[in-house]
Amino acid sequence: MRIEEMVRGWRQAAVMLLAMVGVNVNAAEVLHEERSVYRNIFVTEESGRRCLLFNAVRGERNQTCMNTANPREFVFHYAKMSMAGLLVNPNPQNILIAGLGGGTLPTALHEMFPNANIEVLEIDQAVVNVARDFFHYVENDKVSTHVVDARVFIKRAGLAGRKFDFIVLDAFTGEYIPEHMLTQEFLEEVKQILTPEGVVVANTFSTSALYDHESETYRAVFGDFFNMKMSGSGNRVIIAQQQPLPNAAVLRANAQPLYEPLQPYAVDILEFPARMSTRPDWDQSRRVLTDQFSPANLLGQ
Amino acid sequence: MTETAKKSLLQNIIVCAGFINGFVIMTIELLGGRVLSPYFGTSVYVWGSIITIFMLSLSLGYLWGGRLSSRNPNPNTFALFFLLAAILSLPIIFVGEWTMTQVFLSIEDPRYGSLVAATLLYFLPIFFMGMVSPYSIRLLVSSEENSGRMAGLLYFVSTLGSALGTLMTSFYFVLWFEIDQIMWGAIAALLLCGAAVALIHRIPVKDTSGVHRYEN
Repeated sequence: MRIEEMVRGWRQAAVMLLAMVGVNVNAAEVLHEERSVYRNIFVTEESGRRCLLFNAVRGERNQTCMNTANPREFVFHYAKMSMAGLLVNPNPQNILIAGLGGGTLPTALHEMFPNANIEVLEIDQAVVNVARDFFHYVENDKVSTHVVDARVFIKRAGLAGRKFDFIVLDAFTGEYIPEHMLTQEFLEEVKQILTPEGVVVANTFSTSALYDHESETYRAVFGDFFNMKMSGSGNRVIIAQQQPLPNAAVLRANAQPLYEPLQPYAVDILEFPARMSTRPDWDQSRRVLTDQFSPANLLGQ
Repeated sequence: MTETAKKSLLQNIIVCAGFINGFVIMTIELLGGRVLSPYFGTSVYVWGSIITIFMLSLSLGYLWGGRLSSRNPNPNTFALFFLLAAILSLPIIFVGEWTMTQVFLSIEDPRYGSLVAATLLYFLPIFFMGMVSPYSIRLLVSSEENSGRMAGLLYFVSTLGSALGTLMTSFYFVLWFEIDQIMWGAIAALLLCGAAVALIHRIPVKDTSGVHRYEN
C-alpha cells in the first residue's frame, strides 16, 4: 500500500518532469497557456470538451470544462449542484460568487435572472482573462468581477453594510485549500452579508477528516444545513440559510417552475430535493475550525 | 567551576541559543501568514509583505547587533536581546487583532495594508532576533584564526534551526496547537535562552591565581 503510493508518487514526478522538458503527455490539445502569479493556467480541448486546468499534467484536476457544441451545459456535478441554492431562494436579486472558474455559473444565473446584480470574486487575474477569452464569460452592467481575495472583499462588504441573497463559495482549486475561508470567523462574516431569506451555497469536500471539521464549522455558524451529494462526484455542496430551512415539500414545489429554465444547462433540478439531507453523517465530535486553528490542508491529506 | 569550564558551557549555550533563535524566527514568520490572512487574504503579495519585513528587520538587526558587539561585548547584553524579542512579541498575541483592524479600516489596498500590518507586528521583535547572530559570533570568537570557523558554526546552527522551525510549524504545530499557543511557546523559548545565558554568566569562578603562584 505504502509502496504503491510511492510508485504513484514517482510516476507523477516523472510525468511532471516530462511535461517540463516539453514532452506532451496529455492527449488533449493545449489551446492556450496563461501565466499567473499563482500557477500557470492551461486551456485544453479534446473531443469537443474545452477545459481550464491549473495543472496540465493531471487530467483529473480539470477546474472547469465546457462542451464546445453546447457551451451552456454544466459539465460537472458540483456546478450543477450549486443550482440547488435556487430551491431555497428561487428568485435571487443580489448574487455573490467567490471563485470564477470558467464563469459558467455567473453566466447561467445572469441568463436566468437578467435583473439580478451579480458580483464575482476571483483572486487570480489570469483566471479572469482565460474565462473571458475562452469560456464566453461576459461582464456587463449586471455582472462584474473583482480581482480580490474573497475574505477581504466579504469583510469589507460587511463593514459597508452590504447584503446579498445568494452567496456561492467555490474558491477551492482541489490542490490547495484557502484555510482562512473555512473558519468559523469567516462564515460569521459571510452570515453578516446574507439577507434573512438569502442562501449560502458552498462547494466543498466529501472525503477525508476535513469533511467532519468543515461540517461542524458550518453547523456552529448556521445550525442545520442541507448536505448534498451526487454519485460520481468527489464534491459535496452545503446549502445553508439564516432562517429555518424549508421542508421537503417546499423544495419540491420550488423545483417545478425551475425545471424548464434549467434545461439548457443540463441540470435536472427535480432530482435534487431527494439528495438534500440535513441528517449529520459526519463525526460530530470534531473540532470547529477557527482563525486560530485551521490546518485544512493537513486535515485534507 | 573553573574559568575554562564556565567558558565552554557558556559557548555551548550561546550556540544552542543561536539554534533556537533561528527556529523561532521561522515559526513566527510562517504563523504570520495565518495571522494576516483573515484581514488581508492569502494573495501572493501578503507573503511578499511578510517576507520583505522579516528580511528587512533581520538585516537591520544584523547591522546593529554587529555594531554593538564592538563595544564591551558581554553575555548580559546578549541575554537582553532575547528578553526584548520575547517582550516585543507579546503585542502579536494581545493587540494583533486590534492593530490589523485599524490598518484594514484605514488602508484599502491589501498590498499596502499587509505591508503596514506586518511592519507594526513583526519589525521590532525580529529586529532584536537579528541582533543575536553577529553578537553571538563576537562572544564565541577568541582569536582571529578561529573567527571564520565560529561564524560558520553560527550560520550552520541558526539556519538549521530555521529549517526545522519551518518544517515543524507547517507540518505539525498548526495541526496540534492554536496560533497563540505556538506563539507562547516561541516566547517561552526566547526567555529560556536569555535566562540560561544570564545565569551561566553569573556562576562564580574558582580563583585559580593561587595555583599559578605555586607553579611559579
